[in-house]
Amino acid sequence: MLILTCPYCGVEADETELQAGGEAHIKRETVGSSDEDFEDYLFARQNPKGIHFERWRHVYGCGKWFHVARCTNTLEVFGTYSAQTTEPPQDIRDKISGKRPGWSWGIFS
Amino acid sequence: MSNAVSALQAKTYAGFAEIEEAGLRGMITLRGDLSSTKVKNAATGAASVDFPGMGECNCVDEKGVAWMSPDELLVMTPYADAQPAAEKIAKTLAKTHALVANVSDARAVFFIRGPNAREVIAKLAPVDLSPDRFKPGQFRRTRLAQVPAAFWMRDAETFELICFRSVAGYVFDLLCNAAQPGSEVGAF
Repeated sequence: MLILTCPYCGVEADETELQAGGEAHIKRETVGSSDEDFEDYLFARQNPKGIHFERWRHVYGCGKWFHVARCTNTLEVFGTYSAQTTEPPQDIRDKISGKRPGWSWGIFS
Repeated sequence: MSNAVSALQAKTYAGFAEIEEAGLRGMITLRGDLSSTKVKNAATGAASVDFPGMGECNCVDEKGVAWMSPDELLVMTPYADAQPAAEKIAKTLAKTHALVANVSDARAVFFIRGPNAREVIAKLAPVDLSPDRFKPGQFRRTRLAQVPAAFWMRDAETFELICFRSVAGYVFDLLCNAAQPGSEVGAF
């Protein structure tokens, strides 16, 4: 069972209290984008075995969206952080680096 | 004016904990910037209790303020006072970015009483209810089996629980089933 701490209300919520929102940090392609970039934005998603960044919503609690850094293989959670960001915060990256040196995910490493 | 009645009209059940539908309660949803003194004062003024911290609920009798989310409060009053209180808060916050709604008729309130009340809730909600993790004063929004609910403790043996009025019957049945004599777990 995945247990995530909501960064907005501090509650330790298990996954039955949350709603999965898919991959995090997707940049929206809009007016002026090429067809290829727009197609990627719409359909292409990562499906890693290992470190992954996701969006989750505390749907039965405070109702807020937040970000999670976790491992899809071991279910280890590296941390949760605010949704008001376009990239993982440094402390979360450092924490992952400490446990999984040399990791990379999309444009982040 | 029509005669307002609560969803289950104070239905009760005596299992290994007592379940009681609490009747009508005034509830006002107040959304806004909770760090704003104006918003805080509007809420505490209507309920005459201290402003709650994150994940807490302060209440005295039928009045109280509960922390619902980083930008939402639940202000509780006696049922008859809810509409005038909501109007007063809205007037106070007229020039502040805020939302005030009287949601009294959209909710149902339950009491779960008894030394094993904790166990009844623990069977239904994905929350750590051990006595050192969930204490009087704490407020938790969560789910109860399949529906959203929120609860807090009045004292060591009394839980108060709110849910949507439309699912009051379902929640009452759930609570009664979980409180069935002979089904004690004895976890706490």
